[in-house]
Amino acid sequence: MSALALPRHSLVLAKRNLIGVTRNPEALLDVTFQPVIFLALFTYIFGGALAGGSQQDYLQFLLPGVLAQMVAFASVSIGVNLNTDIEKGVFDRFRSLPISRAAPLVGAVFADIVRYVLMCAVTIGFGYAIGFRAETSPLEVLAAAGIVIAFALCLSWASVFIGTIARTPGAVQGIVLLTMFPLTFGTSTFVPTSTMPDWLQTFTDVNPLTHLIGVLRALMLGDPMGNHLLWTLVSMAVLLVVFVPLALRSYGRRA
Amino acid sequence: MDYAIEAEGLRKRFGDTQALDGVDLAARRGTVLGVLGPNGAGKTTAVRILATLIQADAGSARINGIDVAREPAKVRETIGLTGQYASVDELLTGEQNLTMIGQLLNLSGKRAKARAHELLEWFDLTDAAKRPAKTYSGGMRRRLDLAASLVGRPSVIFLDEPTTGLDPSKREDMWGVVRSLVHDGSTVLLTTQYLEEADALADEITVINHGSVIAHDTPSGLKRVVGGQRLTVRPVDPDRLDETATIIGDLAGTRAEHTGRGVVSVPVAGDEVLGDAIYRLNEANIAVTELSLHLPSLDEVFFTLTGRTENPQEVLA
Ligand SMILES: Nc1ncnc2c1ncn2[C@@H]1O[C@H](COP(=O)(O)OP(=O)(O)OP(=O)(O)O)[C@@H](O)[C@H]1O
Ligand SMILES: [Mg+2]
Repeated sequence: MSALALPRHSLVLAKRNLIGVTRNPEALLDVTFQPVIFLALFTYIFGGALAGGSQQDYLQFLLPGVLAQMVAFASVSIGVNLNTDIEKGVFDRFRSLPISRAAPLVGAVFADIVRYVLMCAVTIGFGYAIGFRAETSPLEVLAAAGIVIAFALCLSWASVFIGTIARTPGAVQGIVLLTMFPLTFGTSTFVPTSTMPDWLQTFTDVNPLTHLIGVLRALMLGDPMGNHLLWTLVSMAVLLVVFVPLALRSYGRRA
Repeated sequence: MDYAIEAEGLRKRFGDTQALDGVDLAARRGTVLGVLGPNGAGKTTAVRILATLIQADAGSARINGIDVAREPAKVRETIGLTGQYASVDELLTGEQNLTMIGQLLNLSGKRAKARAHELLEWFDLTDAAKRPAKTYSGGMRRRLDLAASLVGRPSVIFLDEPTTGLDPSKREDMWGVVRSLVHDGSTVLLTTQYLEEADALADEITVINHGSVIAHDTPSGLKRVVGGQRLTVRPVDPDRLDETATIIGDLAGTRAEHTGRGVVSVPVAGDEVLGDAIYRLNEANIAVTELSLHLPSLDEVFFTLTGRTENPQEVLA
């Protein structure tokens, strides 16, 4: 009974977040319109100049990278929303109830699954509409989407942590975005890392998004997997081990 | 003695502010404790400590005998909190807000919904049940917030300034709710800035100021100290203030005080003097813009209890 309480309460609270999303559909722009814009912009503006002039070839290369980049950008909103809820006092009610202190945070992460499923569907769907074709089986493409969502949920906890320590929603947005910019551009999203200077390659090699993109290109384009999957799983574990306890602690302490 | 709420020596500091400087509180089971104090007295801080939202720096508190610092989870099973600022979820409807709380309290979906409807009905929100709380008026939000704190039928209820911002008739309704909660056996701790409210509801009143208790008594005991009702008169012509003071002073048998700009007031024994006052002022041809019989305001209470006023500019001007 009590072992099941946390997941059950978290689901109730996830539902609350999802009702909020239906009342505020513009909160989904970052997982719908944003990937469409990025795919279209980069394919048509840079595609001709990069990848030997073939926009088609560039889109093949780009799409897995955009999936990873969107995961990073979309992680901003969970921290911002949490911070807003804490500021407004909505969470005071939850804190006075006999439920686990983790439930509101876990609930918010659960609710994000829906956003990331939507993001994968929109990105891959729009990619197909403008000419992207996976070079592997549908099952592998599904596996790629699964990895994207799982990685996104782990990364959410970093944003959740910032959401519990920052003083204003604006500060959360600033901090998370500033972290995500170097991570999303200092990787192989737009160009192969082999074209970058050595010192930058040192960074891209340890950037978890590089390995996530490696996994996605392997699963969607049939590129060699190498040790990308291993490093992706390791970085997911590290995100959880570091940020879940930090977030729970700072949320519990917040007056 | 059977206390539902007990606290001794609560202290809490925020940066440079000593919000609580050793506060004792106690409420017997099935009674209302009124905590009376001006802005910044520390009322909300005390409530947040008792409701396990924050920890005191020093001192201890027990709810139904359970220590709030040592077993907060157990305390949360028996309390309901309506904070000073409504903590309803604006994006959810009234019904969804209450159903969610019910489910978090482990009611089945069906029972949570039934309980929600019961409370919506009680708080006159049935018509607004399906609207997002964002569209509610301030008073409706406060009522929804109070309803939310009652979903689990808590035995100890904290109400932090529950009637601030309510119109007079809704305030009466809120008083009725508090009385019926106590009638059903709950213990209520209620904070307020109005002696009148504490007098109407509380079995005992603790007055706090700058984080310290400056009085604790029953309403009648407190009124014996600060004086019962007062008669206050504001003559149209400020030049006739002294004359007015003499007239009402004679009636009450004591000297009238200047308690504000152009206002004199005097403690009175009962409401019989009201008719006499009207008659005598009329006789003297003194027209008035205000003539009232009321319990001392918080300012007057503090003046009596501490010998100085909280808001010198306002009263002495
Ligand atoms: N989180 C906080 N950080 C800093 N100072 C705080 C905090 N909470 C309360 N204070 C300060 O502690 C003092 C007591 O505040 P509290 O909110 O308990 O007063 P109150 O009696 O509830 O007042 P009001 O009638 O205005 O609600 C105030 O000076 C307030 O500024
Ligand atoms: Mg307060």
